[in-house]
Amino acid sequence: MPANRFNNFTNYGIGIGLRVPHFQHILSRKPTVDWFEIISENFMVDGGRPLKVLDQILEQYRVVQHGVAMYLGSTDRLDREHLRRLKRLVKRTNTPWVSDHLCWGSVDGSYTHDLLPLPYTFAAAEHVAQRIREVRDYLEVPVLVENVSSYAEFHASAMSEWEFLSEVVEKADAGILLDVNNIYVSSKNHGFNPYDYLNNIPHGRVGQIHIAGHSKFEKYILDTHDHPVLDPVWKMYAHATKLIGPTATLLEWDDRIPSFDEVHHEALKAGKFCEELVREPATI
Amino acid sequence: MNRRPSKSQGLSDLRAIQRAFAQGIMRPLTPGQRMKSKWIDGKPTLKFVSRFVKPNDRLNSFERIEIYNKQYWFRLLDCFYEDFPGLRTLLGEKRFHDLSIAYLTKYPSNSFTLRDLGNRLEKFLLREPAWIAPHHKLARDIVRLEWAHILAFDNAALPPLEIDDLLGGDPARLRLGFQPHLTFLACDYPVDDYILAVRRREEPRGEASNAMNERAKRKTARKLARPKPEKIWLAVHRSDYAVYYKRLAPEAYLICSALQKGFTLQAACERAFRRKKRDENFSATLQGWFAQWASFGWFCRTT
Repeated sequence: MPANRFNNFTNYGIGIGLRVPHFQHILSRKPTVDWFEIISENFMVDGGRPLKVLDQILEQYRVVQHGVAMYLGSTDRLDREHLRRLKRLVKRTNTPWVSDHLCWGSVDGSYTHDLLPLPYTFAAAEHVAQRIREVRDYLEVPVLVENVSSYAEFHASAMSEWEFLSEVVEKADAGILLDVNNIYVSSKNHGFNPYDYLNNIPHGRVGQIHIAGHSKFEKYILDTHDHPVLDPVWKMYAHATKLIGPTATLLEWDDRIPSFDEVHHEALKAGKFCEELVREPATI
Repeated sequence: MNRRPSKSQGLSDLRAIQRAFAQGIMRPLTPGQRMKSKWIDGKPTLKFVSRFVKPNDRLNSFERIEIYNKQYWFRLLDCFYEDFPGLRTLLGEKRFHDLSIAYLTKYPSNSFTLRDLGNRLEKFLLREPAWIAPHHKLARDIVRLEWAHILAFDNAALPPLEIDDLLGGDPARLRLGFQPHLTFLACDYPVDDYILAVRRREEPRGEASNAMNERAKRKTARKLARPKPEKIWLAVHRSDYAVYYKRLAPEAYLICSALQKGFTLQAACERAFRRKKRDENFSATLQGWFAQWASFGWFCRTT
């Protein structure tokens, strides 16, 4: 299932996040990288250096857009200005798909700039699915929704997170950006089996995978993206790729960012799981 | 799974949960960087958040929301800290920190991008000047310049008009637009030199991320001599993807700000030289200014 309609029938391989500290290295050394993921909002501007750098990157590399502020679960109206800018960027990058999170982050016009969890209810699923359909129709590219890491659960929830994710993407006929690290973080914070999550989502809808590092505290785990990927997450990733097939995979490293080579080396570890699958196809 | 609720009822419930959650995480932290133990009504915060957030075997509802409460403030304060290094240097870390919390409490972000976080700071300081006493004018000049810098960094650059495009037009009817990245400022202090000195000491800005910060990161601001009062007139603009501060003659500033407000070329020039006796070089000076501004690509068609 490497290429499907949710990732626009592409087979992108292993990518890394495009981050400011690496701009100079990438533009001057032109390292071989399958693709870069950009945070859409960082480039949804009208001009200046961000777009100049992006255009230089686009001359050499494939770019995929990942958003952090669509807030598909918010009950405010969809922000038309946000969508207009996003579509303009989609045309610029020619991204095969766009992704954003299964979360909310603004209410009554105030923005928290965080990826906040939703109560897992049918009404919320219907609401989010409707908004995903609106966004996809407007942008005219496939939309993948990413599971977030979370630290709180609601009394109102009527189903598990993976049931909620499945309900949303089935209703919206959307794809999934499966963040394996987020599943691990949430499983520790909420006490569920992460493999139940991996086993019970619609695998055919996964168009991309995220991996990242996290930080452990005494009573909870934080999704910090400031470490290499930890072993339990690699094991989950191996399991996920067996279920899903080799899928476009992206390493997120957003804080305490080391050298480009170190980040790239860490990301390429994901390739070995995919190569093993090619040698020995899964029979699940 | 529970029985499916009606859609409208479910959505109003969802909105109620989101409002309560946002209210909880956007309240300022205590000085010890904890969530406040008392809710707005004076009752325990735990009692309020327990209505909608479940505890687990390690954390109660209060502690779970507190994780978000801390991250909200760490993220916004970090961004604000980077956006206004001049104001921070002037006020010092503690006063700047307190001002930031007061501002962000009164004016929470109203944009999808953190870039716009400071878009109402000048308005806030005009309404609550105590935060910058006794350096009101200096602090406001710094804030205006730092906000202009943000606009200059990534606002649009439209196709520029050449000097030839301006020739032959009737000055009494000709109106000129300026690039959206350009801001004109009249300041009571030489804040351009001050901000440049501050920025030379700062590290380059990072970028937005959806990851959580483990803790707030802070550097210690070093003292910098406060500038003495001196009237200056500035154009804050972008050239070749870098932001520049260009000093202008007072008449040049008046012309530019009048043109930006929509005055005709003739009216703008008359406004600028109204109170000043025109010398014999008046015409040559004007031509020189316009040629230079056109060479910078400042002019564009009015929208």
